[in-house]
Amino acid sequence: SLPPVLRFPCAVHQLLDPGRFSHLGTQAPQCPVAHLDNQVPTERTRAISRTLENDPAKHGEQHVGQHYNISIQELKTVFPHGLPPRFVMQVKTFNEACLMVRKPALELLHYLKNTNFAHPAVRYVLYGEKGTGKTLSLCHIIHFCAKQDWLILHIPDAHLWVKNCRDLLQSTYNKQRFDQPLEASIWLKNFKTANERFLSQIKVQDKYVWNKRESTEKGSPLAEVVEQGIMRVRNATDAVGIVLKELKRQSSLGVFRLLVAVDGVNALWGRTTLKREDKSPITPEELALIYNLRKMVKNDWQGGAIVLTVSQTGSLFKPRKAYLPQELLGKEGFDTLDPFIPILVSNYNPKEFEGCIQYYLENNWLQHEKAHTEEGKKELLFLSNRNPGLLERLCAYL
Amino acid sequence: MAAPSVSCGAAVPYRLFLAGRVSFAREQGLWKAAASGLQTGTRCQILRLKHSPAVTTTKNVAALRRESYTVDFIKKQIEEFNIGKRHLANMMGEDPETFTQEDVDRAITYLFPSGLFEKRARPIMKHPEEIFPKQRAVQWGEDGRPFHFLFYTGKQSYYSLMHEAYGKVLHAEERQDQLRAKGLFSEKSKSKDLIGSRWLIKEELEEMLVEKLSDQDYAQFIRLLERLSALPCDAAEEEFVGRFRRTVTVQSKKHLIEPLQYDEQGMAFSTGQGKRKTANAEAVVYGHGSGKIEINGVDYLLYFPVTQDREQLMFPFHFLDRLGKHDVTCTVSGGGRSSQAGAIRLAMSRALCSFITEDEVEWMRQAGLLTTDPRVRERKKPGQEGARRKFTWKKR
Repeated sequence: SLPPVLRFPCAVHQLLDPGRFSHLGTQAPQCPVAHLDNQVPTERTRAISRTLENDPAKHGEQHVGQHYNISIQELKTVFPHGLPPRFVMQVKTFNEACLMVRKPALELLHYLKNTNFAHPAVRYVLYGEKGTGKTLSLCHIIHFCAKQDWLILHIPDAHLWVKNCRDLLQSTYNKQRFDQPLEASIWLKNFKTANERFLSQIKVQDKYVWNKRESTEKGSPLAEVVEQGIMRVRNATDAVGIVLKELKRQSSLGVFRLLVAVDGVNALWGRTTLKREDKSPITPEELALIYNLRKMVKNDWQGGAIVLTVSQTGSLFKPRKAYLPQELLGKEGFDTLDPFIPILVSNYNPKEFEGCIQYYLENNWLQHEKAHTEEGKKELLFLSNRNPGLLERLCAYL
Repeated sequence: MAAPSVSCGAAVPYRLFLAGRVSFAREQGLWKAAASGLQTGTRCQILRLKHSPAVTTTKNVAALRRESYTVDFIKKQIEEFNIGKRHLANMMGEDPETFTQEDVDRAITYLFPSGLFEKRARPIMKHPEEIFPKQRAVQWGEDGRPFHFLFYTGKQSYYSLMHEAYGKVLHAEERQDQLRAKGLFSEKSKSKDLIGSRWLIKEELEEMLVEKLSDQDYAQFIRLLERLSALPCDAAEEEFVGRFRRTVTVQSKKHLIEPLQYDEQGMAFSTGQGKRKTANAEAVVYGHGSGKIEINGVDYLLYFPVTQDREQLMFPFHFLDRLGKHDVTCTVSGGGRSSQAGAIRLAMSRALCSFITEDEVEWMRQAGLLTTDPRVRERKKPGQEGARRKFTWKKR
């Protein structure tokens, strides 16, 4: 059997200087690197933090607090653009992608497994305080749907479409609206990577004329539209609009199941920071991408589900403390989304917290000698108050 | 007076003024010595010039400069102080016999209220020994010969003290040898009188001897005394050493520890208040909890997004190893983010005092958790750009 895990004797610190904590990250820890680097983690710790069940469909209550592995290939296909940047860095550091199974995600999975595809698409809204794990829960759902062979329509962050846009063109389709060629083309590229196999199967049901020389015939595969959007950047927004329209129309036919996943959906109904040439502000409706997306999020189609996240982090003109859907969506957005199922994502419960810490310890991410001890864990607990985002940032210093 | 009669009239008012001055001085008594000098000086100026060689040869001019208060003068001051104390007691309607110095201080602050910030600038009435600095009496007699045999060393009291102490050391060593010869020598523990007390510091010794000492002299003296105290002493020698030791209070600060209060559910709780800069905080710490802290109705994670502030809140609990055991509800107002964190920390520490042992309270006090931070924003002064920053100096 494996030898027991060595526990470092923790120093009794009766007269501690204020401000000189054991884990203070701004000072370089003068303590030596923990010798547990070479120690193989015992099966007990593995049992807490990891599970071998890599299929989200089979995740249940017993897996709460445990991490499951996603292979790098799957990551590239399923999530070309969906993951939060810090998570991407973590994946690169640890050389593996592990997501924690949590209760809100499990709840959503349960609902999704029991959806009736004849009924109109149900809207689920994930909401919660900053850093509680809404985006990663959304990614968990997307992984599940990808494994179940759904068509994933994932907009990683709707806020990116309403701010900091360099070039706004007047839309070719509708003079009132504005195009965002860059964002649309990037999104189309990622969409193509995620859903390669569907693009050749789905056929377009209308003829679309791009300009005098190019047009797409009825019955040609959707891949052509996407190609057109990627190559001709000027038409990218229109290509996105076409894709959304076609998918909505055809998912009701039952050929495939559609998952619409939007992160930061409160951007669709807020304000934008974009201005016209005469410095007057633009409302979201006047952006073609947003207009089409709004149509997508309405529940007037069948054969899929809509999973949304509201977040304050990227939002414009919203107070920091706001996290409820009502506050973030505003009256208009709330009314539009009205019959939806809210799912609260909260901070870690003790079991999840323990699992997270064990995961970091296994990957030798926490180098501070105190990190292994109970007191160290209590400190981390206090400082982060079990908030996943904060815990991750804190542990980054250790 | 009329201008033409200046020449003759000038002398008359001059003398009148002088007489008035003398009588005025007599009433005062303080200026008596000075006034008498003035009297003899101005009226009989010519006479004094003639007398000066006879009067002033015996007096040493250097000694006159150093000694500003004569022994008679100090005695007179003490008599006047005692009389004044009795008068003051009568004024305040108290019994003159049992009128202590504290009562005197209270009476003076009542009769002469002062708004001055500097405590030493306010009116005081104390015994002359405390007011007038200790002066050395004249060290030599009428013939100019000094009294003390060590006068010409320059530091006579210091060297006489060293001489005395060394004599005692030799005496004690002699006795120790005798005891050893008899075989009755036993190791005595000397630590009992050394614990809880400290040697006099150099300033105190200087004040005692009324003499300037150098650091080496002081160190030599302390070494001698330690040597003396290491030997077995009798009562006289211990008393001699005891004169040069001052007690050190072990627990210098004793502040009240409020007892625990209990609310309706029977949960023990305790309140505390804290201040830092302009922030005021009040904290209620509950005995059993899960480590939740609520500030103005908001969770501490949302109220203090900065890690530094949360570390400040963690400090008292982490120090006492009670991280997840107490629940706290607090209200805070004023100040900025850092001062609010400091104020809450102080309030929490004070509230926690009710839950822990006295030793832990002492450790917290030594760690600085129970002290209000006295630093406040310094005022901007006129002629400067800020509190300390001066305007840019331009050469021309």
